[in-house]
Amino acid sequence: MTSTVDTPADAARPTPPSGLVTVARAPGWVRYALLAVGLLTALWLPNGLYPAVAVDILCWALFAVAVDLLLGFTGLMSFGHAAFWGTSAYVTGLVAIHLGLPFPVAVLAGALTAAALAVPIGYLAVKRTGIYFAMVTLAFAQLVYYVANEWRSVTRGENGLQGVPRELFGLDLRDDYYFYYAILPIVLLGLAAAWRIVHSPFGRVLVGIRDNPARARALGYPVHRYKLTAFVLSGFIAGLGGGLFAVGHRFVSLDVLHWTTSGKAVIVVVLGGIGTLWGGVLGAAIVVRLEDWLSFSGFEAIGLVTGGIFVLVVLLFRRGIWGSVAALVTRWWAARRR
Amino acid sequence: MTGFLQNTFNGLVSGAFYALLALGLAVIFGMLRVVNFAHGAFYMLGAFGAYVLLTEAGVPFWAALVIMPLGLAVVGMALERAFIHRLTRLDPLYNFLLTFGLTLILQDLVKLRYGVQSSPYQTPSALAGSVDFGVFDFPTYRVFILGFAVAVCVGVWWLLTNTRIGMVVRASTERPELTQAFGINVGRWVTPVFGFGIGLAGLAGVLAAPMRAVNPLMGADLIIVVFAVVVIGGLGSIFGSVAAGFGIGLVQAWGEAYLSDFPIVSQTIVFVVMAVVLLWRPAGLFGREEAPA
Repeated sequence: MTSTVDTPADAARPTPPSGLVTVARAPGWVRYALLAVGLLTALWLPNGLYPAVAVDILCWALFAVAVDLLLGFTGLMSFGHAAFWGTSAYVTGLVAIHLGLPFPVAVLAGALTAAALAVPIGYLAVKRTGIYFAMVTLAFAQLVYYVANEWRSVTRGENGLQGVPRELFGLDLRDDYYFYYAILPIVLLGLAAAWRIVHSPFGRVLVGIRDNPARARALGYPVHRYKLTAFVLSGFIAGLGGGLFAVGHRFVSLDVLHWTTSGKAVIVVVLGGIGTLWGGVLGAAIVVRLEDWLSFSGFEAIGLVTGGIFVLVVLLFRRGIWGSVAALVTRWWAARRR
Repeated sequence: MTGFLQNTFNGLVSGAFYALLALGLAVIFGMLRVVNFAHGAFYMLGAFGAYVLLTEAGVPFWAALVIMPLGLAVVGMALERAFIHRLTRLDPLYNFLLTFGLTLILQDLVKLRYGVQSSPYQTPSALAGSVDFGVFDFPTYRVFILGFAVAVCVGVWWLLTNTRIGMVVRASTERPELTQAFGINVGRWVTPVFGFGIGLAGLAGVLAAPMRAVNPLMGADLIIVVFAVVVIGGLGSIFGSVAAGFGIGLVQAWGEAYLSDFPIVSQTIVFVVMAVVLLWRPAGLFGREEAPA
């Protein structure tokens, strides 16, 4: 590569910005080995963990990847993604209860509704950047929360939606163990879609916008429209996770829309590593497992622990787990080749 | 007409809380470029502190009104030195996340010790009863809150515009490097200003104790409304934050009174206003467009 032409498609950066890039630059066999390990872990998971926890990890993995798509690859921190996760959970629950459709159809309906909701919210929110974007998305998510809280005839208010069925062509999915394998293909599809988005020309433009919006604009890219598209796609993926979460728990409560849920999604991504995509999956597994363990051992102040993790990660460990490991491996690799 | 005046008055009273909280957020943001998520938690600590002081040490309201803001300002300053300071050179998002984590910790600590149920706080006897304004009368305590909050806001305004400290703070808000180049030690003022903002949140909390239910989550949802308020007013603008605070209080009270068939309106109107402002003036009513990031 002797060309000095700098296009957003290969936006030159002095250092690899993220662990994902490190992985993409790794030799082929490393990437395939990582993929194989990931898939085998996913297949084994409900045998090693309580299956209900494994189901939660899958849902939260989608949620985290959706948030990282914006935070890591578009440079927008949404602090209101519970709006999409929760809206989809409610719509999925309502469709499954009232229409008795197979759960994947209900989840799709929920995710599409979430994406539709992401259009107006995203349209307004992308007018601001940085910290303002976080505050605006947070505020709109709270609006959705209040609406759900007041609209008791549909959402049942504080009682929540109960008895969301796990209908799938008469298969018996009441056991969480089998349900895990029923949703695994959907989750993998969602994760693959996120990977595809990041590695598409569209995704490269997003990274270009993240790194230098002025230049992207000067090159003729409609920055707002790109950001909005990313926001809607992210809302859809978060919606997939939220819908599966509703079916997984067979219950939807107002918690799914609360700002603490939005915050938890961001914690998961930062812990895993911003801009690493798969780091979010790892973060989801750790946080979900930890919270389950804490509530199982009767510890009431879960916020104390998650908040503490958050403070420590932000202060000491900003690259996150995946980012730190990737940086270590890169350094080792570079030293070996010298 | 009487009803209208009463609603307007109540709107101004709840606006006073928004204004005090938004003012603290704006002062902190101006100096540190930090959006303090924990502001609602410090408001809660102010109210809880007043409650604990009264029930466990018999400290009266008036003393708490001095002790809590000062005490929390010291806590805030320690916090700034210990944590926030380390992250101010980085993307402001990191401090937002840090203070979010602190919020969860503070809320759960209070919850562990005192549970989630609300505790009543007796209105101080000097402010019990009501004031007769001729055509209607108002609870004395609310009149006091309104007067007090307006006095604080005017006082801060005077401090910023008429004193040397205020001048330094304003200059470092606008052009930190240039102010530094003039030989003014900007860093020296960062910690006190953060403490001051936290103190304002604590003050609002003490004022709220006799009027609102004191519980560990009282600041949790409030802070998000205050975020919307500062987006409406323009986060960089101190005047805008205060004006938007009172304005939103009014709009909410009127919405509650005249659209009482739709209880959803008073809760959500602030977000609708925010949406309209974002469409019309993305930088906020009194804000200036930030440099394209």
